[in-house]
Amino acid sequence: MTRTLLTGNGAAAWGARLAKVDYVPAFPITPQTEIIETLAGWIENRALASRLVTMDSEHSMVTAAGAAASTGVRVFFATSSQGLLYGMEMLYTIAGWRAPLVMVNVSRGLSAPITLEPDHNDVLAARDAGFLQIHCSTCQEVLDSVLIAYRLAEDGRVRLPVLVNLDGFYLSFTREPVVIPDQATVDRFLPPYDPENVAFRADAPMSQGTAVLGGSAYSYFRYQMHLAAHKALVVYDEIAHDFAALFGRCHEAVECYRCADADYLFVMMGSFATKAREAVDRLRETGLAIGLVRPRLLRPFPADHLREALAGKLAVAVIDQNLSIGHGGILYMELAAALAGGRRRETPLLTSFVGGLGGREIGSEEFFEMAAVLQRAVQDGHPPPPRLLFTEAELREVRKLQGVARAPGNKRGGGL
Amino acid sequence: MYRIRFHGRGGQGMKTASRILGRAFFLAGFEVQDAPRYGAERRGAPLFAYVRADTKTINERGVITRPDLVAVADDSLVGLPLAGVTQGLDKRTVLLLVSHEEGALWRQRLNLAGVAISLPPLAEAQATARFHGAEMVGAVARLVGCITAAQLREAIALELAFLDAAEVAVHQGAANAAYEAMAEHAGLVQPGGPIVAADYLPPRWLDLPFEPAQVSAPVIHAPATSVAVQTGLWRTMRPVIDYDCCNRCWWLCSTFCPESAITVDEDRSPTIDYDHCKGCMVCVAQCPTHAIVVQPEEEPVPGGSP
Repeated sequence: MTRTLLTGNGAAAWGARLAKVDYVPAFPITPQTEIIETLAGWIENRALASRLVTMDSEHSMVTAAGAAASTGVRVFFATSSQGLLYGMEMLYTIAGWRAPLVMVNVSRGLSAPITLEPDHNDVLAARDAGFLQIHCSTCQEVLDSVLIAYRLAEDGRVRLPVLVNLDGFYLSFTREPVVIPDQATVDRFLPPYDPENVAFRADAPMSQGTAVLGGSAYSYFRYQMHLAAHKALVVYDEIAHDFAALFGRCHEAVECYRCADADYLFVMMGSFATKAREAVDRLRETGLAIGLVRPRLLRPFPADHLREALAGKLAVAVIDQNLSIGHGGILYMELAAALAGGRRRETPLLTSFVGGLGGREIGSEEFFEMAAVLQRAVQDGHPPPPRLLFTEAELREVRKLQGVARAPGNKRGGGL
Repeated sequence: MYRIRFHGRGGQGMKTASRILGRAFFLAGFEVQDAPRYGAERRGAPLFAYVRADTKTINERGVITRPDLVAVADDSLVGLPLAGVTQGLDKRTVLLLVSHEEGALWRQRLNLAGVAISLPPLAEAQATARFHGAEMVGAVARLVGCITAAQLREAIALELAFLDAAEVAVHQGAANAAYEAMAEHAGLVQPGGPIVAADYLPPRWLDLPFEPAQVSAPVIHAPATSVAVQTGLWRTMRPVIDYDCCNRCWWLCSTFCPESAITVDEDRSPTIDYDHCKGCMVCVAQCPTHAIVVQPEEEPVPGGSP
């Protein structure tokens, strides 16, 4: 066991290395590229006995990954943003093959306008693909989650691909202390890949992803994926328990921080959730009973865990680092649906905030103000309308840009 | 928690400096977070990197808005609003600048409430032998006062492991000299407290008004607006054409220039547009007669002023 400084990308590569992956199809994209560079370096100097193949696109990369996993080898690949979307057709396809592999997505906002900085619209575009999703908030969690993801993907009750998500820049290029576990302990946690009936070989011909018409067979196969994803909730808890027993780090499906006695909650995913955690500590110093709920699993959606965490609270701020154009924050919608389907009567006031799009910071004063909004909502008895975290000063900056861009009717850096 | 920002230009080693400092803090027993922040630009573009160090787990993330120390590798960045060098400076913040001019002068110029200290810029021979970041990180390590010379030396060895031993030693020597030079200021930079919730300035959120697509689509409604951005300020080194040596090939340097900053006259003579040349030196590498030489930005140009 070594404790050292690693970037989120370095931690992802270490996860793949400790999982002894056999095959890594690769295509570069910022901010993910460091992951495959690191793996390529290890393969070059024989620290890792894997085959890395550079592909002509993400579409080919995902296809190769699914095909290789179907032959019974352990597969890893990584991408980001536009690359994830370029491979999207094949994400659905290989999940349908029930190919148990692990991919890492390094979140980055989608074009247009184009950016390099993170939000979650890329990974959420893959929400319905049949990949399970684990969302990380620290570099340590990235390494640990890759190991957990292989156990989950390869479990005979699940056999679905798993996506581990980390935020570009805020994790991908940020170094933090990370414990790199011993190979021997990892081997105890994650035994060699047992391909069961996945072994697709020339000497034992079979067909995969066959055509079905008429809808009934299609419904059966697709709904079986859904049932397997639901089963993954139980399997995940078992695996997280095993992980905690071996490594001493607990990665529950839903992290609840200072929730037990809380009246108010922040709910958010990803690395910005550590900012919310800091805000919780600071707000607690003022006497406000507030906590943080952070879903690590997004697919399967841990609805029961979340209902339980929210039960009896006064008000909840759901902070979405994504935007479903024409509807709003995706986590907010999913949480609202989960609460609507619950049996409990004590449903808190649910408020929606969208922030951190394209890597926009969420300042500590904004968390403090969201907590104030929650308290006012409870006094008023109804939630305020959804709020984009965007300030007057930011609009002034946009006006300046529009001035340079000669946008029609723009008052050249003038007032609001 | 210590909150420290490094500002410099791509190529000056600010990311490396932040990593060395982060590693040194880690070796000294701190929890650490270090990260660079940059976009798609190349060498010469303004960038920054930051380090947080604390005795307990760090939950803060992202850009540091209330720095205890700001270290600047290139004083030409101070006047660039986009570089954000002065963001969040208050009376507690120490400003460390690489500059020919004294800290006291910068303090007066920028109307700073805190202390400013300057480090002399490297001579040309030194600048080509090592990262500028080595001096800076040496100075910073002494200013925070909780990193030993041995930890600094080890951090440099670990973070520059990709260099050969002699090069590592050069950087260690430079860092150590700066570390010693700052002895009188040891511990001047003190860790800041948490950002408390008791009295905060509420954000001035607004309800974003609807605007028609003619205004609100991400369109630049005019050609060549990038001319307005004087990327020539990014240069640390300048390519200079020796016209006696130029064979008037007509196309190589101008074609390879990624910024289209070289034009060729009717008499086949190339001219460099120094308002937009970023100093990438691609032209220097391409010129078949080696007619383009490299000069430090601070030296005057023979026979003209770009």
